[in-house]
Amino acid sequence: MMNSRMLQFWVGVFVLAGFAALLFLALKVGNLGLGSGAASYEVRASFSNIGSLKARAPVRAAGVTVGRVLAVDFDATRYEADVTMAIDSAYRFPLDTSASILTSGVLGENYIGLDAGAEETHLEDGGRITITQSAVVLEHVIGQFLYDKAQEASP
Amino acid sequence: MNGSGPFDLVARVGAWAIDAVRRIGAATLFMLRVLFASGTSIARPALTVREVYFAGALSLVIIMVSGLFVGMVLGLQGYDTLQTYGSEEKLGVLVALSLVRELGPVVAALLFASRAGSAITAEIGLMKATDQIVAMEMMAVDPVARVVAPRFWGAVLSMPLLAALFSALGIFGAYVVGVRLLGVDDGAFWSQMQAAVDFRQDILNGVVKSIVFGIGIAAVATFEGFDAPPTAEGVSRATTRTVVHSSLLVLALDLVLTGFMMQMWGD
Amino acid sequence: MTDAPLVAIRNCNFGYTPARRILHDVDLVVPRGKVVALMGGSGCGKTTLLRLIGGQARAQTGSVEVAGENMGTLDADGLYRMRRRMGMLFQGGALFTDMTVFENIAFQMREHTDLPEDAIRDLVLLKLHAVGLRGAANLMPSELSGGMARRVALARAVALDPMLVMYDEPFAGLDPISLGVIGQLIRRSNDALGATSIVVTHDVQESLKIVDYVYLMADGRIVAEGTAEEMRESDVPMVRQFVQGEVDGPVGFHYPAPDYRADLGLAADA
Repeated sequence: MMNSRMLQFWVGVFVLAGFAALLFLALKVGNLGLGSGAASYEVRASFSNIGSLKARAPVRAAGVTVGRVLAVDFDATRYEADVTMAIDSAYRFPLDTSASILTSGVLGENYIGLDAGAEETHLEDGGRITITQSAVVLEHVIGQFLYDKAQEASP
Repeated sequence: MNGSGPFDLVARVGAWAIDAVRRIGAATLFMLRVLFASGTSIARPALTVREVYFAGALSLVIIMVSGLFVGMVLGLQGYDTLQTYGSEEKLGVLVALSLVRELGPVVAALLFASRAGSAITAEIGLMKATDQIVAMEMMAVDPVARVVAPRFWGAVLSMPLLAALFSALGIFGAYVVGVRLLGVDDGAFWSQMQAAVDFRQDILNGVVKSIVFGIGIAAVATFEGFDAPPTAEGVSRATTRTVVHSSLLVLALDLVLTGFMMQMWGD
Repeated sequence: MTDAPLVAIRNCNFGYTPARRILHDVDLVVPRGKVVALMGGSGCGKTTLLRLIGGQARAQTGSVEVAGENMGTLDADGLYRMRRRMGMLFQGGALFTDMTVFENIAFQMREHTDLPEDAIRDLVLLKLHAVGLRGAANLMPSELSGGMARRVALARAVALDPMLVMYDEPFAGLDPISLGVIGQLIRRSNDALGATSIVVTHDVQESLKIVDYVYLMADGRIVAEGTAEEMRESDVPMVRQFVQGEVDGPVGFHYPAPDYRADLGLAADA
């Protein structure tokens, strides 16, 4: 028979390991810990079409993730999508930076790509990116392509 | 009675059904008895802690090693498939969702049923076969409160922790294979995973599943042990039944729970 | 014996299933302070009678009284209250295999009393010393020989100084030395505790040495009773067969069967 101190020790190890695993799942695998991490500032942008962009999608500049999409709302007055994103405070972007909705890979998910402009002043918290490019909707591209082909063939 | 005509065939199905219903009824009553006798497990936590050791801590190694291997295989297979579509950075998502939602709770529960469930049945059955249970009754100690309930709660408490460990180790295994060996981008692996795995919808639901599985396995294992005929053959049969029945129960519960959860979170 | 007997069984009938009755009109009295043996061949209902006294089974008719309480009508709490004052030694010993010898003896003290750890330790060592196994306190039951396990079980049966101790086949499967030791221990602990003991056994020679009174059972009935001396001297055929260990007699060698020749198909010739 193992003495009870030893037994308690191993149960302690087991319980601690179990909770560490849960914590790992919650913080590192899941999205519970995000937002509470590094300091960030919020920037907004409007798009006529966001494709399948969702909250928590990455915001990238030159391929590097610099922030996350916080929320996607529909602006009922202008009939556009209003996207709020959180950008890591370590990165500053010029005022005339443009945002476009891109797709990673052919079938990948949407993310926001930032192209830095040339202005001296920087985007501040609560600022707005005015130059935007909407998502490329595959159906539209194919439709356009077929339409063009038909135009070429008919005359 | 033992003929092979159509009448006997139907009669045999009937006998089987009657027996099945009888056992389910007996198991339900037994579970109620365990619940009412659970005061001791709370009043004397040392008894339950001891069973957490036997059910949980002793299952640590098998669960962790299995989790690691399953995760590595998922990493290899997932990479192979995703690569064809050029989206190998999705590996983290694939592995994490499969593990957290399904494989973690289910595989950990199946391993737990055969590792700890069978041990619980064999232990209680053997105590019965060697008169220890009757002896306890003769000493005016309720064996359900003293022997069964702590084992039941020990198993129920251990299960979610083991499932979480399984998932965590699995994700780590996939990380080692995918990122370290096959060269998936480190940042993409984690960030895509974090973007896709929802805390409540995926992780909490996985925990809920593993708790339900734990209750199922503990109920089957303790009932089979307590209900076993007090002979060597009876105990060995009961042990086999525990593994078979609790494994089937886990898979059936998983189907029901998954359907239920998808309904609840459905969009 | 002037005061009332500790155990009084009157007109008791019992069967696990209505079709097969195991005990028929059993009348039995165990006076306080005595060691009473319940003898008989295998399967004659001795162990069942113990179960009735312990309240694990209830008689269909008749009464089973222990210290004035009818065991057949007590509720669960009442039964547990009575059982705290009873000790029982089981056929196989029934030691708790996951506890040390020490913890086995301490089990009831921990469950039923609020004694401090020091007191429990002293009591357990006292009990173990009485059976000569103080040195084995930290062994597991699996490390004990058959005779030692029986002695530990005996120490456990008397751990709470019960008023009534029941021994179910205490001599079964023991070597001659252990046999004598167990016999002496039963007698000694009975007298030292002022308890009353019932010994169920089919070991005639060993039990006749230590008991005060004997009931002989066959087929669920009490067929003879008397002191050890009376049993030895008895010329009742059933008692003689049992005490002398004769192969054939009132208890037939053959299980009831149709005529042997008829079974072999020779009946037509006869």
